[in-house]
Amino acid sequence: MNDSTDNIIVDTATRIFQDLCEPATINDAEKGVWPKALWEALEESGLPLAWVPDNLGGAGATMADGFAVLRVAGRFAVPVPLAETLMAGWLLARAGISVPGGPMTVAPVHADGHIVVGNDGKLAGRARHVPFARNAGHLAALARRGGELVVALVAAADLPISQATSLAGEPNDDVSFEGALPTAVQPVSLDQEGLVGFGAAVRLQQMAGALEKILEQSVQHALDRTQFGRPIAKFQAVQHNLATLAGEVAAASAAADAAAEACSQPEIGLAEVAIAKVRGGEAAGTGAAIAHQVHGAMGFTYEHSLHHATRRLWAWREEFGNETMWAQRLGRMVAAHGADQLWSFITQGS
Amino acid sequence: MNFSFRFDPIELPPEAKGMRQEVRAFLRQEAEAGTFVPGDGKGSFSREFSRRVGARGWIGMTWPKKYGGHERSQLERYVVTEEMLAARAPTRAHSTADRQSGPVILRYGQEEIRQKILPQIARGELCFCIGLSEPNSGSDVFAASTRATKTDGGWLVNGRKIWTSGAHHADYMIALLRTSPKTKENHRHGLTQFLVDMKTPGITTRPIINLTGGHDFNEVVFDDAFLPDSHLIGEVDMAWKQATDELAYERSGPDRWIETFPALVELVRRAGEEPSERLAEGIGREVAHLATLRRMSLSVAGMLQAGKTPSVEAAVVKDLGTNFEQALPDKVRLLAPQTGDSQPDSNDDRFEGALRYATLIAPKLTIQGGTREVLRGIIARGLGLR
Repeated sequence: MNDSTDNIIVDTATRIFQDLCEPATINDAEKGVWPKALWEALEESGLPLAWVPDNLGGAGATMADGFAVLRVAGRFAVPVPLAETLMAGWLLARAGISVPGGPMTVAPVHADGHIVVGNDGKLAGRARHVPFARNAGHLAALARRGGELVVALVAAADLPISQATSLAGEPNDDVSFEGALPTAVQPVSLDQEGLVGFGAAVRLQQMAGALEKILEQSVQHALDRTQFGRPIAKFQAVQHNLATLAGEVAAASAAADAAAEACSQPEIGLAEVAIAKVRGGEAAGTGAAIAHQVHGAMGFTYEHSLHHATRRLWAWREEFGNETMWAQRLGRMVAAHGADQLWSFITQGS
Repeated sequence: MNFSFRFDPIELPPEAKGMRQEVRAFLRQEAEAGTFVPGDGKGSFSREFSRRVGARGWIGMTWPKKYGGHERSQLERYVVTEEMLAARAPTRAHSTADRQSGPVILRYGQEEIRQKILPQIARGELCFCIGLSEPNSGSDVFAASTRATKTDGGWLVNGRKIWTSGAHHADYMIALLRTSPKTKENHRHGLTQFLVDMKTPGITTRPIINLTGGHDFNEVVFDDAFLPDSHLIGEVDMAWKQATDELAYERSGPDRWIETFPALVELVRRAGEEPSERLAEGIGREVAHLATLRRMSLSVAGMLQAGKTPSVEAAVVKDLGTNFEQALPDKVRLLAPQTGDSQPDSNDDRFEGALRYATLIAPKLTIQGGTREVLRGIIARGLGLR
């Protein structure tokens, strides 16, 4: 059981979320009200650029600190592009590009992206399902320029954005890059799979946080809610469901740790990410279903905050590769190693 | 309050990584010498093999040297255990003593017994069984009624233990015996742990054949069997206090998720280098579960090394792990490419053998060592629900 952390950065994030990320803030954000106070507090704390070194305009925190902040952000269902700005900052820093202030996001989020930088220096291509594109000041795009991969920093104001929302009611827009002139372009040693893998590790932290939250809410609800003359926590069927939920939360948490480790290395460990996104995605589905079952009709209302976490879980498990995509990828890696190497595949790195 | 259980990441120390290579080399030698067939579920008992493992210093690894141990870390022990299990090495003659019985004796046994028994276990010379279940005491462990009655210089035992795995091979049993009635205040009161020499007159072991046709289970009958005072382990009537940490050792290890692993290995063999999308996905899902479980299991080994008693975390690993290993054979069965008359496959026998074994043993996996229902009760208590 974990009641406290010994991490200043995590404590700072937690305090900001406690003060400025109320359930009402999250509902308002879904209606299109930008949570200005929340974003400004985050920006002032330097958290969104945690992964950018000082010399490129960031806070220069460790990878582990950034991932820990994302877990807390997942717990609070933070309705601003904190994760996306962190990712964009990381991507820009990887290419050595100085990072602007303000909210950012990344593209593409699919491994078959096709953004290109032409001979005239202008961008071409589209990206679908870009989270928070409409709220971003800048986008960091992984693009192809001739035979090389580059990161392009582009101002969002220059881009036609077609608005859509995720299952969680968060911006999930389609972006056209046609003819836009990036403010910076630099080569990078990262391919689209690496970017998608990194995004998966980011989402896994948020998912682990959201799962911790729904476990807490579900246990508390079971203790508070009385039916048939006793708290429903006293019914064995409810206890066993919650025990299953706790196991899924623990598995998702361990998986998220593994993915974060694999993405904190210079070379992103795609096998570990694949393992984690498959397991974490399954946990999200199983876990959300149990949390709703325990909460009954109350948890199905808009008024109750349970959906802040569960709808995000359903959205996040689909983003940056869902369970099927990563399982196929992983299965092919395993097949390539062969049956007699399966065990060493599983124990590699340890 | 945060209700989530923590499974902090563990980085294996260099000596544990080195240990893995040593164990792999040893197992290759043993397999080449014909001691066992890697991946085969059968033939899991070999006293000769256990003696050679003992000679390598791989039994009682974490125990003090003065009792024949090697003062290694839990993480090194973990690596040795998982390598042995993954290869399906014949560890049955020493695994129970190494995992459970030895640590109980070390912690609660009398000095004379520690000095006598522990070095023999560490040399791979002693096989143990665990006498818990009785005809009317299964999941309700503390309902045990096999009696130990005080007599001159020792105790007289009468009653019956059942479902005792490996009792027919065992030199000793650690038995849970009733020394007093339970009390109104504490239904767990009145039970005591004893070391039982299986050659003691008055003990009869009868086989119970399981549904695979194999002999693992036994019924053990005690008829005025005499146990000397020195065989008392821990406090009289207070065994319930001693049980908790034992379970943390028992429930979190690789043996709680790796039992049907050979079926997955053979599926991968059958899938070949370029599996269909469906097969790749199916294999990927199972590997994702397995790798995550291993990570959690390793994390519990880290908690044990840090001196904690992670009994609830161990229950979480065992619940997830046994559900996984139990469901695996059916997944493998349905994923496997069908081979008919026109496409004979040279690996058919291997595949069929592994799948058959895994399918038949699957039901017991969520029963032995604490049923799924018992484990979920423990987890629910850990969540503050009961």
